Amino acid sequence: MSASAVVFYMLAFFILATGLLAVTSRKIFRSAIWLLFSLTGIAGLYFWLQMEFIAAVQIVVYVGGIVVLIIFSIFLSQQSGKDLPVPVRGRQVVSALLVCAGFVLTCLLVGHYAFRPAGQPSGGGIGVGTGEGDMGGNASVGNIGAQLLSTSEHGYVLPFEVVSILLLAAMIGCIAISIKIKPEDK
Amino acid sequence: MPNYAYIALIPLLPLAGFVVLGLFGRRYLQRFSGVIGTAVVFVSTGLALWAAYQYFFGTGSTSLALRSHPFIMLKANWLPFSPHLSIDLSAIIDPISVMMIAVVSLVSLMVHIFSLGYMKGEERFATYYAFLGLFAFSMLGLVLSGNLFETYIFWELVGCSSFLLIGYYYDRPTAVAAAKKAFIVTRFADLGFLIGILILSFQAETLDIRTLVQRLTEPGLQLTSITGASFLGISAVSWGLSLVFIGGAGKSAMFPLHIWLPDAMEGPTPVSALIHAATMVVAGVYLVARLFVLYGADPGVLHIVLYVGAISALLAAVIACTQTDIKRVLAYSTMSQIGYMMFALGSLGYTASMFHLFTHAFFKALLFLCAGVIIHQVHSNEMQRMGGLRKTMPLTHACFLVACLAISGIPPFSGFFSKEEILLAAYRANKLVYFIGLFTSGLTAFYMFRLYFSIFWNKPPEGHPHKILLVESIPLVILALGATFAGFIPFSRLMNPDGAPEVGSVFSSMAIAPVALALLGIGIAAYLYRKESDRPAKLASAARGFYTFAYHKFYIDEVYLFVTKKIIFNLIGRPAAWIDRNIVDGLMNLIATVTARISAGIKGFQSGKVQDYVLYFFAGIAGLAVLFIYIYT
Amino acid sequence: MSQVPLSHILIVSTALFFIGMYGLFTRRNMITMLISVELILNSVNINFIAFNKYLYPDRLDGVFFTLFIIAIAAAEAAVAIAIFINLYRNFHSIDVEAADELKF
Repeated sequence: MSASAVVFYMLAFFILATGLLAVTSRKIFRSAIWLLFSLTGIAGLYFWLQMEFIAAVQIVVYVGGIVVLIIFSIFLSQQSGKDLPVPVRGRQVVSALLVCAGFVLTCLLVGHYAFRPAGQPSGGGIGVGTGEGDMGGNASVGNIGAQLLSTSEHGYVLPFEVVSILLLAAMIGCIAISIKIKPEDK
Repeated sequence: MPNYAYIALIPLLPLAGFVVLGLFGRRYLQRFSGVIGTAVVFVSTGLALWAAYQYFFGTGSTSLALRSHPFIMLKANWLPFSPHLSIDLSAIIDPISVMMIAVVSLVSLMVHIFSLGYMKGEERFATYYAFLGLFAFSMLGLVLSGNLFETYIFWELVGCSSFLLIGYYYDRPTAVAAAKKAFIVTRFADLGFLIGILILSFQAETLDIRTLVQRLTEPGLQLTSITGASFLGISAVSWGLSLVFIGGAGKSAMFPLHIWLPDAMEGPTPVSALIHAATMVVAGVYLVARLFVLYGADPGVLHIVLYVGAISALLAAVIACTQTDIKRVLAYSTMSQIGYMMFALGSLGYTASMFHLFTHAFFKALLFLCAGVIIHQVHSNEMQRMGGLRKTMPLTHACFLVACLAISGIPPFSGFFSKEEILLAAYRANKLVYFIGLFTSGLTAFYMFRLYFSIFWNKPPEGHPHKILLVESIPLVILALGATFAGFIPFSRLMNPDGAPEVGSVFSSMAIAPVALALLGIGIAAYLYRKESDRPAKLASAARGFYTFAYHKFYIDEVYLFVTKKIIFNLIGRPAAWIDRNIVDGLMNLIATVTARISAGIKGFQSGKVQDYVLYFFAGIAGLAVLFIYIYT
Repeated sequence: MSQVPLSHILIVSTALFFIGMYGLFTRRNMITMLISVELILNSVNINFIAFNKYLYPDRLDGVFFTLFIIAIAAAEAAVAIAIFINLYRNFHSIDVEAADELKF
């Protein structure tokens, strides 16, 4: 058991524990904070997988953006100190059963499937970057940026543009949905 | 052979009259409906008389020998069930059918003309003429039909018209009850008729009357013996014939299915004249005559016909002697005379029976129409309220007298000739029935003249003279002429079951006994009723038990009521209604309730809560995943 | 990272996924439902990165998928909050069972 394996298991435990606390906590603010911890744990997992860029994006967008948004909305809509209502016992049991069943099913599938890594190094497309053929070498910021905006075979410029339109639409949509129409003044 | 295709018009014209008057009469044609109805029947009568003339007397007319083989005119294939069994609409031309269309249309015309005056001022005048047109169509169709099932169809139509006309005054509960009773009793008899048709057509494998008669009487076939198909020791063909006779007996008011006829007098009097005296009630006799060759070949059933006819004749005559309502007396008289026709057929006196049918139509219709005039004058049906009317209504008096003489069988009126022929045939066949017929003719004369004297004599003449309408007097005169002279038509030369002219003269010594008995009856009636006295009352109290029994029509109606109310209603009707309400309806209600409960249970799935939907969604996906991964691979 | 087999990472992400599902079924508050949805999306992200790392080390497709998912999740969370605010204005509660008018 190497050190990195130990680190992985600790991270995994942290993520799952805080996730579980997030969905079962009685106070809503605590639930949001547990989510924050869980997301940070996931960022740690990305770091362990040597995908630093994604980890950074995770922290910046998820933790710094979405969780903050959630906390703001909690403040806007109710007293955050109040306890959340306990769900119906029957529903808890049924959901727990279903979820466990689904988990077992998927784990069986995962166990049976033989994952084969793609053997050949440097398949087509732009593999520009500092360390070719090395496992973590391609995922540098420069590479990601270049490939994100390239128009060749493995380029992602079209989804990039579409997502930017989506973000624009989301912005306008948010404003349109939650706008308060003032009553007409005389 | 002349072309008789125009015969189809004879029933169809009154049908057109019915449709037009029924649809438009009430709104638009109220006052002209009488004229329209009469005009239509007038044309039909003209065509029918022309056909009769052509058939019997014209150039190229069929000779007597050929006339016993009827020919089929105008066949239209309607409902072919199989190559042998198909219901066609065909018209049969044969001596009795030609005679019947002449009689029916003529009497119908008389009644139509009479009703122009009698029913004037009625609110539903147009409806009355519409129903009369329907009846004329049905009756003419019945006598012309050449297919046994077609006969049944028209039979039911006639019953329907009778129902509509008896219940014409539908706001009177007695009329409604009488119409229901007539329809139900005849319908019940028609069940026998239908089963008989099915048996006969099954045995002969055809519904066409001519072919049926030919096949069932093939020499050497012996269908009427029990070596063929049989049931309970009687051959199938005999069963069929007796069941058909039951149907005929119902319609012709033979004992014991006669209970509807007296009650049917609730209808308007011209209706009684047309339907319940001259035409519809003789339908049973006509049916037996139509299948006469078959009946003749089966002695067992022939005996049934003979005795039923004789019993009905005697029973009705006895009851008629005690009744006080003028129309009821005439109703029982009709039943008695039809009994004569029936036992004439039972004695193989085909010509005699048809002759009596012909003459009876005239004098019975005349009697009823005169009764109508009298009832209008006196405003009552009861004989006790009438009396001494001979000076106030001279024409009616004369016609009524002519009719009474005819029905009593006094020469030279028509009734004498036809009754003599019947008694002759009965004498040859069965002496007991002959004596019953003889005694009944004496009774007939007695009760008819009892009626005559009670109406026109009995009390001193009083009241203002009655003004009779022209449209009422014309039919009376025409029918009176018919009742007088119809006896001279040589029927035996015109029709016969087997083509040979009948032998025997009426003016033999056999004729003396009935005429003498009739004169005796008239004498007794005159003694009792000519002057107002208490002699009838003393006579009645002398035979008190029997008199009461006969006055209440031998309590036959009460027996019927008991059977239907206590037995059929309670034992069959009530349980059937209970089953229908609780079990059949309950089952339907149960199905509906179960469906409603299930649906109420299911509707909880659409709760409107997002989380429930997510749960169901995920459960479905999990199920599908299991299905596709583990079961289908 | 070669000592940890791919299946272990997948099990972790599956567990996170089903924890998020459990939260989605049981929590009555709209905002906590949103939190559960975020957990689910993150589990998918872990999957993508893990596959990219272990199975296709010379390509970057998993990274891009993850980037896009993060972006879309952000947009979706924003719109969801806007909807919650609107619902709160109408029903005066962010209890998800208050908005059940589309029922039988």
